[in-house]
Amino acid sequence: MTDATIILDDNHEAGFGDYFALLKPRVMSLVVFTAFAGLIVAPGGIHPFLGFFAILCIAIGGGASGALNMWYDSDIDMVMKRTKSRPIPAGKVTRGEALGLGLTLSAFSVVMLYLATNWVAAALLAFTIFFYAVVYTMWLKRATPQNIVIGGASGALPPMIGWAAVTGDITLSSVLMFMLIFMWTPPHFWSLALFMNADYDKAKVPMLTVTHGKRSTRNHILVYTILLAGFAAAMFATPLAGWCYLVVAVVMNAAFLRGAVVLWKRNEDEAEADNYKAERAFFKLSLAYTFLHFMALMADKALFAYGIGGPF
Amino acid sequence: MALEARSKMAITKLHDMHTRRRSRNVGLGLALGAFVVLLLGLTVVKVTVLDPSIAAQEAGY
Repeated sequence: MTDATIILDDNHEAGFGDYFALLKPRVMSLVVFTAFAGLIVAPGGIHPFLGFFAILCIAIGGGASGALNMWYDSDIDMVMKRTKSRPIPAGKVTRGEALGLGLTLSAFSVVMLYLATNWVAAALLAFTIFFYAVVYTMWLKRATPQNIVIGGASGALPPMIGWAAVTGDITLSSVLMFMLIFMWTPPHFWSLALFMNADYDKAKVPMLTVTHGKRSTRNHILVYTILLAGFAAAMFATPLAGWCYLVVAVVMNAAFLRGAVVLWKRNEDEAEADNYKAERAFFKLSLAYTFLHFMALMADKALFAYGIGGPF
Repeated sequence: MALEARSKMAITKLHDMHTRRRSRNVGLGLALGAFVVLLLGLTVVKVTVLDPSIAAQEAGY
């Protein structure tokens, strides 16, 4: 090795944090929370260490799919204000490194989850990574304005994986937890797209706001919010829902429906006049919506264990 | 003579590259250490849970 070969550009020397950022830690936190909820509310039990290990594998698998997404979408990330400081567009990590990290962690997380729990959970995790990296990132995202509707399935699977890690099966209860996130994803992202429209437009990502306009997006948000309320109510058909869930479901769905109606009634002039205040509020409410629904399911499980309340 | 050659081969100077890569190396070291601990824990739990004699003991047989 000569001296010339070890002269490295300071700007291209990635730290550990840059590789960690490839795993999309913020998205990972939602994955961890919902997977944990699925694991807690599942009937039966799991050894605490195995439960922790399973959550870790699901988090790493989710992170791996994030790295694969950043590898493939680096051209889009480069032009969007929200994403141009990510490690690849910022020039800190190469695309090849992101691909290598994503593939390695994908295989690692699936195999380790299988060894720790069962093949159903491992298969669901493998499917989640495949769906996010291939179906959503490589195909739907650039092809159709329904990208986040169908692609949202990958974000909705973690509670099913957590459930399967304990029980080894797929049931109506776990499917309804999946549906709760699946139907929540479109209003959540479309409300964000309403006030981040310029970003998606610049990147030529066919978001509904770009292809069909904001009027159509507002209509879609309302329809999906109504459908979401239906699936939230369907949870009462399972043994998971108790009094906590009842209170949260009634309050949050009423607030979410009201918010969707407000967005539906507004036009662009009104929205621009107050800098998309209602849209931003709806987006924030959507974050609380998922969090509180899953917290309520876990709280009910804890209360049932102490003989307080019971399924409806 | 041999001692002198060996000392020339040893990495004694802290190169700028080592400083720049410190966070990456420390992070990777900690991640690998954590992996070893997790595998040990997984092995202990699996052996304990799957051990028929322990299961029988816990069941009161």
